[in-house]
Amino acid sequence: MAKRVLLIEDEPNIIEAISFILTRDGWTVHTHSDGETAADRVRQLPPDMIILDVMLPGRSGFDILRDLRADPQTETIPVMMLTARGQTKDREMAMRLGASHFMTKPFSNAEVLEHVRSLVEG
Amino acid sequence: MLTFNLLVAVALSYVAFLFIVAFVAERRAAQGDDAWLSAPVIYTLSLSIYCTAWTFYGAVGYAARSGLEYLTIYLGPSLVMLGWWWVLRKLVRIGRTHRITSIADLISSRFGKSTALGVIVTLLCIVGVAPYIALQLQSITLSFAVFAGEGGAVWEASDLNSVALWSAAGLALFTVLFGTRNLDANERHHGVVMAIAVEAVVKLAALLAVGIFVVWGIGGGVASTLDRIETSDIAHWEQSGGRWMGLTFLSAAAFLCLPRMFHVLVVENANERHLATASWAFPTYVMLMSLFVVPIAVVGLDILPAGSNPDLFVLSVPLSQGREGLATLSFLGGFSSATSMVIVATIALATMVSNHIVVPIWLRSRSQGAMMSGDVRAIVLMARRVSIGAVLALGYVYYRVSGGGGALAAIGLISFAGVAQILPVMLGAIFWRGATRIGAAAGLLTGFAIWGWSLFLPSFGEDAVIPMSVMSQGPWGIGWLRPQALFGIDGIDPLLHATFWSILLNAAMFVLCSLISFPNPLERLQGAQFVNVFEHSQGARAWAPNAAQAEDLLIMVQRIIGPGQAQSIFQKAAAAQGKEGYLPDVTPEFVQSIERLLSGSVGAATAHAMVSQVTEGASVSVEDLIAVADEAAQILEYSSKLEAKSAEQERTARALRDANAKLTALSIQKDAFLSQISHELRTPMTSIRAFSEILQDGGLPAEAQRKYAGIIQEEATRLTRLLDDLLDLTVLENGQVVLHPQEGMLHDLLDRAVSAAGLRDGGIRIVRRKADEGVSLLTDLDRLGQVFINLISNAQKYCDAKTPELRIVVHRVAGGTVVDFVDNGTGIPPAQQQVIFEKFSRLGDHARAGGAGLGLAICREIMERLGGRVSYLPGQGGAAFRVTLPKPEALAAE
Repeated sequence: MAKRVLLIEDEPNIIEAISFILTRDGWTVHTHSDGETAADRVRQLPPDMIILDVMLPGRSGFDILRDLRADPQTETIPVMMLTARGQTKDREMAMRLGASHFMTKPFSNAEVLEHVRSLVEG
Repeated sequence: MLTFNLLVAVALSYVAFLFIVAFVAERRAAQGDDAWLSAPVIYTLSLSIYCTAWTFYGAVGYAARSGLEYLTIYLGPSLVMLGWWWVLRKLVRIGRTHRITSIADLISSRFGKSTALGVIVTLLCIVGVAPYIALQLQSITLSFAVFAGEGGAVWEASDLNSVALWSAAGLALFTVLFGTRNLDANERHHGVVMAIAVEAVVKLAALLAVGIFVVWGIGGGVASTLDRIETSDIAHWEQSGGRWMGLTFLSAAAFLCLPRMFHVLVVENANERHLATASWAFPTYVMLMSLFVVPIAVVGLDILPAGSNPDLFVLSVPLSQGREGLATLSFLGGFSSATSMVIVATIALATMVSNHIVVPIWLRSRSQGAMMSGDVRAIVLMARRVSIGAVLALGYVYYRVSGGGGALAAIGLISFAGVAQILPVMLGAIFWRGATRIGAAAGLLTGFAIWGWSLFLPSFGEDAVIPMSVMSQGPWGIGWLRPQALFGIDGIDPLLHATFWSILLNAAMFVLCSLISFPNPLERLQGAQFVNVFEHSQGARAWAPNAAQAEDLLIMVQRIIGPGQAQSIFQKAAAAQGKEGYLPDVTPEFVQSIERLLSGSVGAATAHAMVSQVTEGASVSVEDLIAVADEAAQILEYSSKLEAKSAEQERTARALRDANAKLTALSIQKDAFLSQISHELRTPMTSIRAFSEILQDGGLPAEAQRKYAGIIQEEATRLTRLLDDLLDLTVLENGQVVLHPQEGMLHDLLDRAVSAAGLRDGGIRIVRRKADEGVSLLTDLDRLGQVFINLISNAQKYCDAKTPELRIVVHRVAGGTVVDFVDNGTGIPPAQQQVIFEKFSRLGDHARAGGAGLGLAICREIMERLGGRVSYLPGQGGAAFRVTLPKPEALAAE
């Protein structure tokens, strides 16, 4: 059975690009673009891994990550964070909150695939 | 022979002439050319409304009946002007400082902005002045009748009544037209004042002309006229010392307390120094008015058949000699006296009725109170118009009920005694800090009741209101309550009797009840400010800034005095505090100044109620504070210098605090700016890179290929636009921009901007008033157009109304021409209004907006370069931006 990835991102074109790459690689991609309800969506699915943008409408990616890590049901799901701000303190913050990987936009498609695979299959 | 119709034509043309005078004066004043309108001589002439038809016609009648006693009517005011100018000066100073609109407002405001006292004084004035207005209607009517009688016509009562009715209606129309044109913050009426000044000249000229004719034309010169007087009865009238004193006192009191006199003396006063001129010029005026009274009376008694009405000698003497021209002039003089009095009295009373009765009731009947929707101004103006009609109707009714009878002087004196009841409280209000509102109410009601019982009600005639038996034996046989013999003291002149008891008990109750009652804090504060008006008694206090309150206040003030004036006042107040924009800190001084401003339109009590609703008692607790400080009034009086210093320090501190906050915000913003730029650039680049790789991988269906190439192109465009914006902003900020001034029309530019903003079907609706857009421009039209486009597309992006609408309103304000862009969404919260012009300060949901948040920053920079301004305009309902167009000279100076 195909592994499920939840993509939490609000830029429609980026959603489209990542969905295409992962689907082509055989993943089942779910998308969600609202920050406030994102954590609920995770609990409801729950996916095998999460790609989480930092700047989201409603709630920041950091807050969502903090929630996920505090909930036993979701604390072990690998989370790869994406940001376009590219500041080192964002990376530090993400790692401190328990992100599995941190990636700065723009990225190469191969890079995304590689990290998704390694995070799920270990 | 002068026909009645001709006389009506003369009267109407005279009124038309006054209309023109009033209209021109209003126009001049509106153009700011009011130097000659506020000259001391105009002020003095406007005071002459003291001389009404009663004085014009009635003084001669009075002299014919009671000899020189008529002089007392002039003596009182002259004494006030000469000897009591310091009382007047204090009244004028208080009136101006506290923006007092009427005598009712003065009393209400002094005693803790009490609504009840405002109502009491208003009612008292209406009851007291209605007979006086009736008197003017009567004199107009009688003067018409004299001419008609001369023409051989015999007038029925119904003819008289219809003349009175038409006069009342005409006067109501004139008063409404010029008394309620606008709701001025300082409640002044240039047109009306100018018209009554002209009327003052006409009536003086008319009376002098008749006098000169009588002395030299009939009497045969000064010497023989004096002989005639010597031999007439007038020289032998016994003069009662008590009546002389009583009448002088009454006329002096009335001069200060009559609503119309208070209106011209205090409310319409443009400059305190005018009092100095008036203090000698006004007594001179009344002296001239009284100069020929005795000769006219004596000659009239001599040459006219016995039984002629002496009140009309001024008309009938010239008519009997066939001098129709002179009689017509005299008629116009009397007409002037009557109309000027009625107009000003009606304005004064209508202001009182609308401010102290109608508006408070209306405010109370609405749950939202001061924050209701709709235009308060329209309501207040309507209330005034209706009140004017009502006051004149009341005068007419009194005229009908009283049967149009009674000597003119007698009716006038009843009014005088009525309004004189205000005197003790008024003097107490401005000189005695211990006076309280309980005392004031007790005194006023007592005086009013005694006046009504002993003078007013009996004046309707025997058995008319008070039965004969009550007059002779007292109510229920209680002898000491007989209207004209209170406390068993019999045999005094009824007028003197009523005046004596009413004023005495009024003053006694006022003092007594003031001593045994305690003032509330607001009363104490107002008392101190009124009594010590010449010293500064306001200081800086603790304050709690609250932007939301400031915006609410602005909304309310806009509804009362109009948006333009309100905005400029708020902007000035903010600037004085060292702040930008339209929202000053809500300090006690600011609240107080707003209250004063509003009281100019709706009266102190109502203004206080409205402002308190917005500031939610904050102002009351502040006033408590001041009242506590007021206990140490001596200290305050010493420390006015210190206070100036501490106010200065506070201003500096506030400016520093603001600057500090700005700096902190700026450094945070600098970091935020970099990370924002990074975000805005990287996001489109992410899509571009990802899709290019996908396309490079190949193997895609043709349709997908096209779609992804489309996305790449779209994101590349977004990137370019962002870079353009950034570059634009940098150039603008560094001042390296080259402007290309062109001539053009505002409406063309707006047309272009609206179409360039690319509005979608079913999107925001643009509402414009093209008639106002005929403004020619000389500026960089492309840059200005860029600002308009940005504002329109912002409204399109952010307006969250169900049926979004953007109003583009062009109007002139003090600073030039402005274009307001007002949408019907929820607007921008006060806290964020300060930052929206900063770079990347997009609010809320940024994905929806699709812009980089540079639009407003660019707008601000462009307007600065062009020599104009763009600012957020709070209090308009939705989001509102004001573009102040550059003036041509600003560009030329670049």
